[in-house]
Amino acid sequence: MRNIVAICKRELLSFFVSPVAYFVITGFALLVGFFFFQGLAFFNRLLSMAPMMNFRPGQMPNLNEYVIQGLYQTMIVILVFMVPLLTMRTIAEEKRRGTFELLITSPLSVSEIVLGKFLGLSLVILIMLGITFIFPGLLMVYGNPEVAPIFSGFLGVVLCTLAFASIGMAASSFTENQIVAGISSMVALLLLYVIQAPSETSGGAVAEVLRYLSPVAQVTDLVKGVVTVKSIVYFVSLTIFGLFLSQRALEAHRWR
Amino acid sequence: MIEVEGLSKLYGDYTAVENICFSASKGEIVGFLGPNGAGKTTTIRMLATYLPPSAGTARIAGYDIVTQADEVRRRIGYLPENPPLYGEMTVEEYLRFVADIKGVPRASRNTRVDEVLERCFIADVRKKLCQHLSRGYRQRVGLAQAIIHEPEVIILDEPTSGLDPKQIIQIRELIKSLGTSHTVLLSTHILPEVSMVCSKVVIVSRGRIVMESALEDLTREKPLEQVFIESVGRDEVIIEAAA
Repeated sequence: MRNIVAICKRELLSFFVSPVAYFVITGFALLVGFFFFQGLAFFNRLLSMAPMMNFRPGQMPNLNEYVIQGLYQTMIVILVFMVPLLTMRTIAEEKRRGTFELLITSPLSVSEIVLGKFLGLSLVILIMLGITFIFPGLLMVYGNPEVAPIFSGFLGVVLCTLAFASIGMAASSFTENQIVAGISSMVALLLLYVIQAPSETSGGAVAEVLRYLSPVAQVTDLVKGVVTVKSIVYFVSLTIFGLFLSQRALEAHRWR
Repeated sequence: MIEVEGLSKLYGDYTAVENICFSASKGEIVGFLGPNGAGKTTTIRMLATYLPPSAGTARIAGYDIVTQADEVRRRIGYLPENPPLYGEMTVEEYLRFVADIKGVPRASRNTRVDEVLERCFIADVRKKLCQHLSRGYRQRVGLAQAIIHEPEVIILDEPTSGLDPKQIIQIRELIKSLGTSHTVLLSTHILPEVSMVCSKVVIVSRGRIVMESALEDLTREKPLEQVFIESVGRDEVIIEAAA
């Protein structure tokens, strides 16, 4: 445990001494802010036109559906591109500058290295996402949305980002080139993002499986306030899968 | 302390190191000498448990480097060819981090950091970022990192490369003083370094051991340079000198 904490602390120090974390966090907040404003402006216009559009009672456009759901789903898209930028250096850079040799020849297990790094990464991600919670927070102060889906949706975004990060870290542990790590994790995440697409033409059991594998479908459930064990299990197992790949990649390096 | 038994490393068809055997007892400073590309770094990396051997094994402080790697890691200090520094950390932060992962107890961590700062002559740069250090300082921070947990065996890969003459003298003195309480294995291609610092010499060439002897026995009749040329082969030395 002490080893994991030591690795994690060092990882955080690296993030916040170098400009990487600040740039990614600021850029993310900027983009999310833009899309929040966009969503809100659209909703506002819709409301002003509502009297002319004869909505039936109970079908009036609401904040949750029009602003928050859209915001969370857009965040996932942005994260597909942002997370690789955070994760690409984690292990690749250690290999390139030779500090990996220090870690490997220290009395640390590979799992401790991987978990420590992932813990550090998770904290950066929580800060990054935490800052953007200000937007749904504003709605809760000035509007009257349903609160439960806001939190369940946010949980979905957090879980999804952590899963993305573990995949990004796995990509980083297979190479010592940061660009290769960044591109391969971006491609992997993008593919994962659209994995649901073929389900429309294939049908049957395959469609069912593809839909389950889609992080978008899972987040959408959570954003709608449907918290199921299946979604949680999905994200947690995806995260563990990424960590397992990283662990294997580094272990293989040790005994090659 | 160090017993190397038939260590070999193959990369595909290429044999980097073949059937290396030597030993070092407690308190000895062993010079691991050879021309560039002789397999010094490969051997050292295997002993430091960074690379797995293709065949053979070694025992360090009584533990097998293949099957008891973790025990070995606890007992060695290792300075790779390029000092493994984190550029964005200060020297002090870096040494504290290394102390943590090497298992130095919390209570004695700060005193250990102060001690190695003094001992490696780097106390004046303790607040500086590693990326701003000159080559000589980087090398000495690397050395500090290798001794911070008072390991039984210290493995140094070309510890004086890139240092200026004054620093070389300081580092040699330091290594000599380490030799009284630790076993030191240092690789080098600088002959005078060996005769000044080491008590034992192992000469490698083309991945094989060509000479293993106490320094006194070796240099009794002829100078070390002569011995080196004879054991490595004149051709090799001339190619080396030309390069």
